[in-house]
Amino acid sequence: MSKVRVLVGTRKGAFVLTADGKREKWDVSGPHFAGWEIYHVKGSPADPNRLYVSQSSGWFGQVIQRSDDGGKTWHQPGTPPGEPLPQWPAKASNKFVYDTSAETGKPLTTHQFYDGTQHPWEFKRVWHLEPSLKDPNTVYAGVEDAAIFESTDGGESWKELPGLRGHGTGPKWQPGAGGMCLHTIILDPSNPQRMFIAISAAGAFRTDDGGKTWKPINRGLRSQFMPDQDAEVGHCVHHVAMNPKRPGVLFMQKHWDVMRSDDAGDNWKEISGNLPTDFGFAIDVHAHEPETIYVVPIKSDGEHFVPDGKLRVFRSRTGGNEWEALTKGLPQSNCYVNVLRDAMAVDSLDKCGVYFGTSGGQVYVSADAGDSWAPIVRDLPAVLSVEVQTLT
Amino acid sequence: MIRLILPPHLRTLAHVGGDVELDVTGPVTQRSVLDALEARYPMLRGTIRDHVTLQRRAFLRFFACEEDLSHESPDAPLPEAVASGKEPFIVIGAIAGG
Repeated sequence: MSKVRVLVGTRKGAFVLTADGKREKWDVSGPHFAGWEIYHVKGSPADPNRLYVSQSSGWFGQVIQRSDDGGKTWHQPGTPPGEPLPQWPAKASNKFVYDTSAETGKPLTTHQFYDGTQHPWEFKRVWHLEPSLKDPNTVYAGVEDAAIFESTDGGESWKELPGLRGHGTGPKWQPGAGGMCLHTIILDPSNPQRMFIAISAAGAFRTDDGGKTWKPINRGLRSQFMPDQDAEVGHCVHHVAMNPKRPGVLFMQKHWDVMRSDDAGDNWKEISGNLPTDFGFAIDVHAHEPETIYVVPIKSDGEHFVPDGKLRVFRSRTGGNEWEALTKGLPQSNCYVNVLRDAMAVDSLDKCGVYFGTSGGQVYVSADAGDSWAPIVRDLPAVLSVEVQTLT
Repeated sequence: MIRLILPPHLRTLAHVGGDVELDVTGPVTQRSVLDALEARYPMLRGTIRDHVTLQRRAFLRFFACEEDLSHESPDAPLPEAVASGKEPFIVIGAIAGG
């Protein structure tokens, strides 16, 4: 019997929600890491019991947690509790130090700050953890200030892939409202050398050589907050989604505008169509229908809540432009929540399940590809991220 | 034996229920106490002071003997009452951590 495990990161801890394939009755576990901001929890596709957690706090900084038993127990990789270690361990699972080595070419030291001045790179937190498709011990971390790190020892130590910041456009990158974060990492299952990332506010980038070099893939994006509206970099990409069965096609929720690319990001075209607003954060693709996509329109960049007091997921079954509002089971009055960029996910059951979490602490599930919705939980802390594992 | 009081979140990370007791060799300073703490509980590295610079994290404070020692040199001797274990060295989050 199939089951699903939903991994929820919130402002005050992590929660694990489990159900069988019907997705009607749920067990709720948590809060794990109570009181800490949990930006992301994600499982390894190669070993579903291997979970990685980004745990952070303005007071105590970054912590990485790992589970090897599907969330029953957790530990900081490489640092067991207990007796004194025989020697000072060289590794630290929460040590994210930007590369400054000469061989990386030109490690960048500054980016654009809110006021247009240059500002040094400063590590703040891990936004997104993306485990390898093949190896449970390899995992990528997207961090603020924007960079990508790799661990090949199960999170015990991290090394920056400096080619991204070494691209040379760093002085034009700038923070969005949430900080200058690398929030999206997509691994291409058809090409292990190819990876996509996105940064607010720099844009989307792609590597075709396993992370050594990167190219900006922002042609077709226009952003009014920049003096050169179609510049190569500087765009506030909020999230990018891909159906793993069709890895050349990408969908993007930009600050404003919903976009698609049919050539692995080389060119983008707008597909906002009849959406009530094309501002938003979350976007995802149906697990079995690669032209079926989901977004949650948000009123504006100045008003981060759903328009008209109605929580509506919009679905396009035509790859964009033509959108239908999905409302059954969702509040349609006096609702003013937000849905953040990593807070939507799909399972791979038939019918495809769709999940999202809100700033009001609700996590909703649709077990019929969006036709109807029900809350799994209603009163968690504000939800930062939602991932789902389909377990057999 | 040095007595050290950690904020609740760091006690949870270190899997300790109450005060931490540490043996410190040589002069008892902020640095030597925190070195001993992180050697015993490496999961706390980076949570009290920066991994590389070893600077105190901005939202944490160090108190002892009813004094705020946060801005003292990390190599300055701590009060004798702390060195003797009579008084604890307290790591606390600004405004108690939130």
